[in-house]
Amino acid sequence: MPFIELEALCYQREDWQLKAAFNLERGECLAVIGPSGAGKSTLLSLIAGFERLISGSIRINGRDYTTAEPADRPVTSLFQEHNLFAHLSVKKNVGLGRDPGLRLNQKDHLAIDQALEAVGLSGYHHRLPESLSGGERQRVALARCLCREHPLMLLDEPFAALDPALRSEMRGLIHQLIKSHDLTVIMVSHHPDEAAEIASSGIFLHQGELKAKGLMSDLLNNPQLPLLRAYLGVS
Amino acid sequence: MDQRVASLHESLTGRSQLRVPGWLPGGLSLLVISLILFASLSALFFNAQLASLTTTLFDPYLLRVLRFTLWQASLSTLLSVLLAIPVARALARRTTFRGRSVLLLLLGLPVATPVIVVIFGIVEIYGNNGTLNHLIRLFGFSFQVNLYGLTGILIAHLFFNMPLAVRMLLPAWNQIPDESWRLASQLGMKSGSLFKLIEWPVLRRVLPGSAGIIFLLCFASFAIVLVLGGGPRATTIEVAIYQALRFDFEPSKAALLALIQLVICTLTVALLHHWLRTLPLSSGLATTSQNRPDLNQPGSRLIDFGIILVATTFVALPLLALVRAGLTGPVLSVISDQSLWSAALNSLMIAIAAAGIAFSLGMALLTTSRYLRFHRKQPNRSELLELSGSLTLVVPPMVIATGLFSLLLPFGFVFDWGLVLVAMINGLMVLPYVIRLVGPALLANGEHYHHLCSELGIRGWHQFKLIDWPIIRHPAAFSMGLCATLSFGDLGVVALFGTHDAMTLPLLLYHRIGAYQFEAASVTALILALLCLVVFGVIDLLIGGRRALH
Repeated sequence: MPFIELEALCYQREDWQLKAAFNLERGECLAVIGPSGAGKSTLLSLIAGFERLISGSIRINGRDYTTAEPADRPVTSLFQEHNLFAHLSVKKNVGLGRDPGLRLNQKDHLAIDQALEAVGLSGYHHRLPESLSGGERQRVALARCLCREHPLMLLDEPFAALDPALRSEMRGLIHQLIKSHDLTVIMVSHHPDEAAEIASSGIFLHQGELKAKGLMSDLLNNPQLPLLRAYLGVS
Repeated sequence: MDQRVASLHESLTGRSQLRVPGWLPGGLSLLVISLILFASLSALFFNAQLASLTTTLFDPYLLRVLRFTLWQASLSTLLSVLLAIPVARALARRTTFRGRSVLLLLLGLPVATPVIVVIFGIVEIYGNNGTLNHLIRLFGFSFQVNLYGLTGILIAHLFFNMPLAVRMLLPAWNQIPDESWRLASQLGMKSGSLFKLIEWPVLRRVLPGSAGIIFLLCFASFAIVLVLGGGPRATTIEVAIYQALRFDFEPSKAALLALIQLVICTLTVALLHHWLRTLPLSSGLATTSQNRPDLNQPGSRLIDFGIILVATTFVALPLLALVRAGLTGPVLSVISDQSLWSAALNSLMIAIAAAGIAFSLGMALLTTSRYLRFHRKQPNRSELLELSGSLTLVVPPMVIATGLFSLLLPFGFVFDWGLVLVAMINGLMVLPYVIRLVGPALLANGEHYHHLCSELGIRGWHQFKLIDWPIIRHPAAFSMGLCATLSFGDLGVVALFGTHDAMTLPLLLYHRIGAYQFEAASVTALILALLCLVVFGVIDLLIGGRRALH
């Protein structure tokens, strides 16, 4: 049984529609590529539960989450911005991943320390987000994702605003965390080449439809679909 | 099995939380507001004896009152706005002079100063024995300014609404892009054409809304007309309602007057709702006209500072006169009077209750409005819900009070519950301030964090405590301070419900002015003004915490 089963997802907003269906194995890292307006972020919003499906179903680890509240899904997201509450310290921001009312016990404190260490920010507990660099902020958010101990992580271009060197560093970190924390990842990317460094498989969306699915190496090096060729700029 | 273990774990560790549906707080709030309005308005319709509407409607007394109400409101609006334009323009042109922020603070003062206190200050300056008439006599002229009547009403309305208009108009200058000024300097435009071609077009967009608000305020003006109107010649609908209820004891006449008031306010809002909704919120502290070419035109500096000086003097004089009269009055005998402090205590309780009511209703409306906007993606309903908090603009407090008065009169406990009713109606009266001051911060929070909160399961009390309160704390403290202050100094509905046993400080002051105890009144007025400042400062500090001045 696949770890994630997305069956005939259908979503409608005014006259725009998204249709997709695919499965994902545990530990897989999937890249979602496609031009802007293709529905990449909407797809993640549907899986996270921020948007409601018209039809179709979402099953994770054998359980149905189609109508579950976002907080009840075994899913954790990293957005492009506003991942941290600006008025709360690093520790509180991470701690909110353990308990939404910040009622933390000994075990939670330990988990927060470990997560911050895993992203290389031990000792940052009492800093406020405004005193951190863009890369450090996303690391804090990443630490919170780890703290939540949810198997599925959704990355909505969290590193788009960072410099190329930092982006590459963050990709390395993600790659390492996938291995060490046994994560399954779906990531939206505007840079297919960069995504291919950590994602083994990929899907290509175009105008709300899933047009291709396969190994990233096949999609990028040997694109068959004319739309995908046009998107990648391969003549 | 897993789930049962999980829920047991949750209940043992106290991590389970009651889930309140997102529509509930605002729904309840809306229900409370609608119930009060419904009870009040249906009592009005029931009492107004609409069958005899046509005969009473052409009653000469009623027609005269209606005509005067419209006339004074229109004239007050016109003068306030016309005089505010040059003042706002002078302030927009001079953006860097010393004391500008203090001056803008001074222009914000009238909003929070009790009307009855200002009236006292105005009498000190423009009254028959006031400074102005003294000066006139000193220079040997034989005429004297007669304050009571239309003159007094206009002066008082100008005092309150000219500064308000300046603050509403000033943000318009921020909408002028810097490029326009640069272009104008290249084209060699003079001050006159700058006004006509660049400033007037942006002003025209905010003028109708500003004028509309001022018209509504003057139309529903009560205390000013009550004290300065000086008799049946200059009576407005609100004062006529008061007289019908408290002196003539004709609830049906009061109800009819209240309905007329309601119809005209509704028409004004309906006519202007487009402009009222888009009125900018800025406090007008920042302006960007550094590059306008007429800054150094000969004489322009003199004109600007002349205008600013005149406007400042106009606002400052009554306040200064108030302080002088208060300090030279019989301070000791007034403050050792027990009735002053029991009235002050009543006022304080009303103020705190009204601020609490307004804040609870406002937060509930705003929370659900945010829920509708971001979770249910229904921006129109969200906006409607927010607007329901500003219903008191359409239904003036005096109208609600008249309805409740005639509803409760047959049961005989109007006066026993008077102060409770006053607190409740005052709460509704100041609710729009909470909505306008706290709303933007709460909505911005929703925009940034609604995905994060719903994924992490931060909701209800946790969301309020951890996420919203730290952000809205300062505007919330400010709005509650303002609400309490406005309510503390209000002489409106309390005139209907107040008795000698249920006295508030503004009402006490009114009685003292009415009994010609001007010396005691001057001290009382000063104490009322000072207590207003204290109430505002203490609430702002207690709730908002220590911080730099904003």
